Amino acid sequence: MGKLVLEGISKRFGAVEVLKTVDLDVADGEFIVIVGPSGCGKSTLLRIIAGLSDQSTGKVLIGGRDVSSQPPSKRGIAMVFQSYALYPHLTVEGNLTLGLKQARTAASLIAERVAEAVRILALEPFLKRRPGELSGGQRQRVAIGRAIVRHPEVFLFDEPLSNLDAALRNQVRAEIADLHRRLGATMVYVTHDQVEAMTLADRIIVMNGGIVQQIGTPSELYRRPANAFVATFIGSPGMNMVPGTAGGGVLTLAGSGRLPCSAAANGAVTAGIRPNGFEVLPGGNDGLAGTVIASEYLGAESFLRVRLADGTVVTVHEHPDHGWLIDQPVTLRLRPGNLHLFDAESGLRIAEGPDAAAQPAAARVA
Amino acid sequence: MTQGIARRFQISTLAAHLVLIGFTLLALAPTLLVIMNSFKPRKEIFGAPLALPSFETITLIGYDTVLKRGDILHYFQNSLIVTVCALFFIILFGAMAAFALSEYRFPGNRLIGLFLVMGIMVPIRLGTVGILKLMVSLGLANTLFALILVYTAQGLPMAVFVMSEFMRQVSDDLKNAARVDGLSEYTILFRLVLPVVRPAIATIAVFTMVPIWNDLWFPLVLAPGESTRTMTLGAQSFIGQFITDWNAVLAALTLAIVPMLILYLMFSRQLIRGITAGAVK
Ligand SMILES: Nc1ncnc2c1ncn2[C@@H]1O[C@H](COP(=O)(O)OP(=O)(O)O)[C@@H](O)[C@H]1O
Ligand SMILES: [Mg+2]
Repeated sequence: MGKLVLEGISKRFGAVEVLKTVDLDVADGEFIVIVGPSGCGKSTLLRIIAGLSDQSTGKVLIGGRDVSSQPPSKRGIAMVFQSYALYPHLTVEGNLTLGLKQARTAASLIAERVAEAVRILALEPFLKRRPGELSGGQRQRVAIGRAIVRHPEVFLFDEPLSNLDAALRNQVRAEIADLHRRLGATMVYVTHDQVEAMTLADRIIVMNGGIVQQIGTPSELYRRPANAFVATFIGSPGMNMVPGTAGGGVLTLAGSGRLPCSAAANGAVTAGIRPNGFEVLPGGNDGLAGTVIASEYLGAESFLRVRLADGTVVTVHEHPDHGWLIDQPVTLRLRPGNLHLFDAESGLRIAEGPDAAAQPAAARVA
Repeated sequence: MTQGIARRFQISTLAAHLVLIGFTLLALAPTLLVIMNSFKPRKEIFGAPLALPSFETITLIGYDTVLKRGDILHYFQNSLIVTVCALFFIILFGAMAAFALSEYRFPGNRLIGLFLVMGIMVPIRLGTVGILKLMVSLGLANTLFALILVYTAQGLPMAVFVMSEFMRQVSDDLKNAARVDGLSEYTILFRLVLPVVRPAIATIAVFTMVPIWNDLWFPLVLAPGESTRTMTLGAQSFIGQFITDWNAVLAALTLAIVPMLILYLMFSRQLIRGITAGAVK
């Protein structure tokens, strides 16, 4: 049983509060990704789950057992580190078996576990080599193998792809997704890269400044971000944020135009529109007036940079062969259902209407 | 353009080498003088101290005297026991203290670190009288153990200081991976961290063993007895108040260099291996 529960975990280093009451419920076999900018406390949270660092308050339960006061080796976890952290003086085989030997596992069982890991990760050719004689991708596979042989209830990954180059990163990412499917094990995966988070996760936890911003499936986070931070962090290129004023069902964006919006919004707001939420029309139409200042061609698609009348620059998704010219005046029209409104001060999402307000908030904001 | 740079590089390399060669000669001269003169008869030592021993004058009389006094091997053994044991304890306790200081956060951590740094600056000889009283009341006067204790205390501060700096650079991930695998803190220190900081250990070994081997002060104060005499002290027995057997003194000193040279070669090999292992990674 690989259920993981965190109850009111917080952490302070001296006077600095690095984590602020984190509650989490991870189902058996779930792939959870913790994502957030550098320094937001992701690694600290993972180390607390692993038992490598003590929480200031709160409890960690793994498989229904309170492991808060257990050492890492007794928690039923295995961890894969960013820097691989292979034992430099041992061969790959030694690296795989050290933990099991330490736990006085029977030799036959060790051999069985190693054979399984070797088969899953195709490590056979490297068994007798030392970590120094392996490439980055191979080292990370060995590190994952070292986690597999422990048969943990929960796998913990701390930015396992950060030290790999781009091509290898995609490959190992696919291997990790594949591994999760095969083993069906619970995994908690930390990254600062939202693409990794979106592609791997069953559920994502977005963190910022030690505070959980939102927990939800990738599509929940993309479609209904709980606040301005999540809105800009999830999705690539990021959501366009334009300041404006709302009232009586009309949103006025400073100097560039008016849009219909939910009646619930009132006063100073931030309007969030994803690049694909706009339709580009020739200048002079009804919508937001602006000027094309750049175009990025990506082959299958392209992105326009458009400066609105008030100077805000927004990114707009377009066909690859759109034909708009630099300095050409255009009008941006909002596609229906693509406007996110956030309170200008608190950054919290403003509910769209009666039906939206009736839904239980997917968002939890501390 | 590139040629100019190359030439300038050559000139500066040449200058650097000249300075280094000059310094090496300066540093080696006294040692060479001792070794040269140990092979010359007494008259030549004083008549032409800078001359090489020639075919006519070369003599082993000094070595003859030294080796005929049967106890010289015993002195050797004493020195070796004291140096090797002190070195062992310095590295063992130094590593443990350095690991605690660099790895764990506890109240007083910085204070203890500072206290140890002070130990580097204050010479232990200032406490000679106290140490002597202590050793006498512990019944350790005239034992090699007394010397080992004093030298361990003398070498520890530097060892802790250097090793804790090196240990801070050992990756946290590596230690944490070992903790997840269930290794004890002792195993992590001795099997994982120490091999990684081997260059630091070699450095400490080289820099602490020479002063211990050469020390005259503490053997004279704490263990002057015949059975516990060290090599350096033993060599002094050829220096009399009225007559000094210079041949024997120089021969004894020359012999005393040999084991240091062997130990040094051993450690410096380790040192180089440690450094290249780190570079190749
Ligand atoms: N041992 C420590 N002492 C003091 N502050 C720490 C310590 N470890 C981490 N921090 C602080 O906690 C914050 C979160 O760190 P971390 O969890 O490593 O962030 P992330 O993994 O999200 O990049 C950072 O601001 C960092 O400076
Ligand atoms: Mg981190």
